[in-house]
Amino acid sequence: MNIELINICKSFAGKLVLQDISFQEEVHSIAVIGPSGGGKSTLLRVIGGLLNPDSGEIKIDGIKIDFNEKALQLYRRNIGFVFQAKGLFEHLTGMENMMLPLIHSFGMNKYDAEKAGDDLLKRFGLSDEKNKYPYQLSGGQQQRIAIARAIAVKPKLLLLDEPTSALDPEYTAEVLDMLGELQNEGLKTIIVTHEMGFAKNACEKVMFLVNNQIIESGKSNEIFNAPKSPELMAFLNKILEWKV
Amino acid sequence: MTELENKKPTTLNKILSGLFVATILVGFLWLSIRSIGLELDFSTLLPYKQRLWQGFVMTIIISVGSLIVSLFIGSITAIGQNARILAISYLCKTYVQIIRGTPLLVQIYFFYYIIGTAWGIDNRYVAGILILSIFEGAYISEIVRGGLESIDHQQYEIAKAIGLTPIKTLQFVTLPILLSRILPALAGQFASIIKDSSLLSVIAVIELTQTIQEISADNFRMFENYIFVGLLYFILTFSVSMISGVLERRYNHEYRTNKYL
Ligand SMILES: Nc1ncnc2c1ncn2[C@@H]1O[C@H](COP(=O)(O)OP(=O)(O)OP(=O)(O)O)[C@@H](O)[C@H]1O
Ligand SMILES: [Mg+2]
Repeated sequence: MNIELINICKSFAGKLVLQDISFQEEVHSIAVIGPSGGGKSTLLRVIGGLLNPDSGEIKIDGIKIDFNEKALQLYRRNIGFVFQAKGLFEHLTGMENMMLPLIHSFGMNKYDAEKAGDDLLKRFGLSDEKNKYPYQLSGGQQQRIAIARAIAVKPKLLLLDEPTSALDPEYTAEVLDMLGELQNEGLKTIIVTHEMGFAKNACEKVMFLVNNQIIESGKSNEIFNAPKSPELMAFLNKILEWKV
Repeated sequence: MTELENKKPTTLNKILSGLFVATILVGFLWLSIRSIGLELDFSTLLPYKQRLWQGFVMTIIISVGSLIVSLFIGSITAIGQNARILAISYLCKTYVQIIRGTPLLVQIYFFYYIIGTAWGIDNRYVAGILILSIFEGAYISEIVRGGLESIDHQQYEIAKAIGLTPIKTLQFVTLPILLSRILPALAGQFASIIKDSSLLSVIAVIELTQTIQEISADNFRMFENYIFVGLLYFILTFSVSMISGVLERRYNHEYRTNKYL
């Protein structure tokens, strides 16, 4: 999938958060890394059609995204989005969370939706959790159901905003394993993450976002083995400082 | 959950405690009545049973009517309070402040004799339902507004991300969450409506209280009359709290499995 960002700008209350972001890549899997407050979430939400940029364009496989609300509703249905935490509807069980988008965004009938939901939950070892409410699930289980829900609609692209940063290491591995598996099957993903190991080994490309701009991007092994910009070197040094 | 279940009282404990409380209450009442030498004879109400029944039904009609209209007013003004157009927001906030800041009795006189006369609303039943609805609507407005504010913004973000339309978001996300949160408060408000409707007797709406006042003027058995009418009101409000308990269980996601889609 070809993703093209052209001069994306976004500010909140006069404060610039994304400044002339331009980027073009053939995407299989991209990790977006960078320090806190750099604008990673904002960029991801713009790409996911959840937030309109102040100016700029996005093209997916050469087709420009129309930022009018009706068009965006259709666009969002083809994009999966996974939040950092609390990504499930709190009033629905795991299974109902799976079925809601299938039925009410995609017009699938209840029987098919239940079947599709069942299959996915079974595949990821979540069958025992299907009748539980989010408050009865561990963070890792919630997150895996959120990912399962996002891919149930067979999205063209899956966006994840720090899907593991609210989790214990054990649950983090659980979620990253699931993601790695999906990426191997060819699911296109953009993931904002602080898990450098995952960014390096499981993601094909890396985008480094700092101070509202993309400072460096490219193949992940190159980026990690030979960072070019001083900002990225400093960032990696800092992050790897406490790694065993 | 298991911890909670372990702490649940046994049936025997429940029965004994219930009996204990009933004994204390009845004993206290009986003693009080005895000490002032009151002889209660409820059969004096028998000849009026037709009128009492009509008053009882009228109280139900007025309460249900007011509940429906006040839910409507309350929801609209709750949303209006956060409207982006400042005039609408001010209007709704002013309404809530003034209505909650003045006694119902004053409002009944004011709306009935001044506003009602000016605008030609002379059916006292219609007027009664409207006045009560305006009054209760202000409280419901605050309940709904609080409920809406308590919903985590992320829930809407999820709805957006899966491509739900705004109407479906309202139907499948906002309303179910809102309802499960405000149902207890709404039930309490409905009980208030039932009791507050008694004040409509001042504009001669023949509901339960007005009926009993008329009967009192006829049989002079104030104590029997008012104790009995109190009991009737309690039957109504107690039913509301029972029904609300059932609804709460249905809407509360913690109790419910797989009923929603
Ligand atoms: N809705 C909003 N209103 C106002 N400011 C916002 C909003 N969302 C983000 N910001 C600001 O934009 C900047 C970038 O935020 P963003 O969430 O994109 O950063 P991030 O790179 O995802 O950081 P983190 O790693 O901490 O999640 C921050 O300074 C934040 O305060
Ligand atoms: Mg973020």
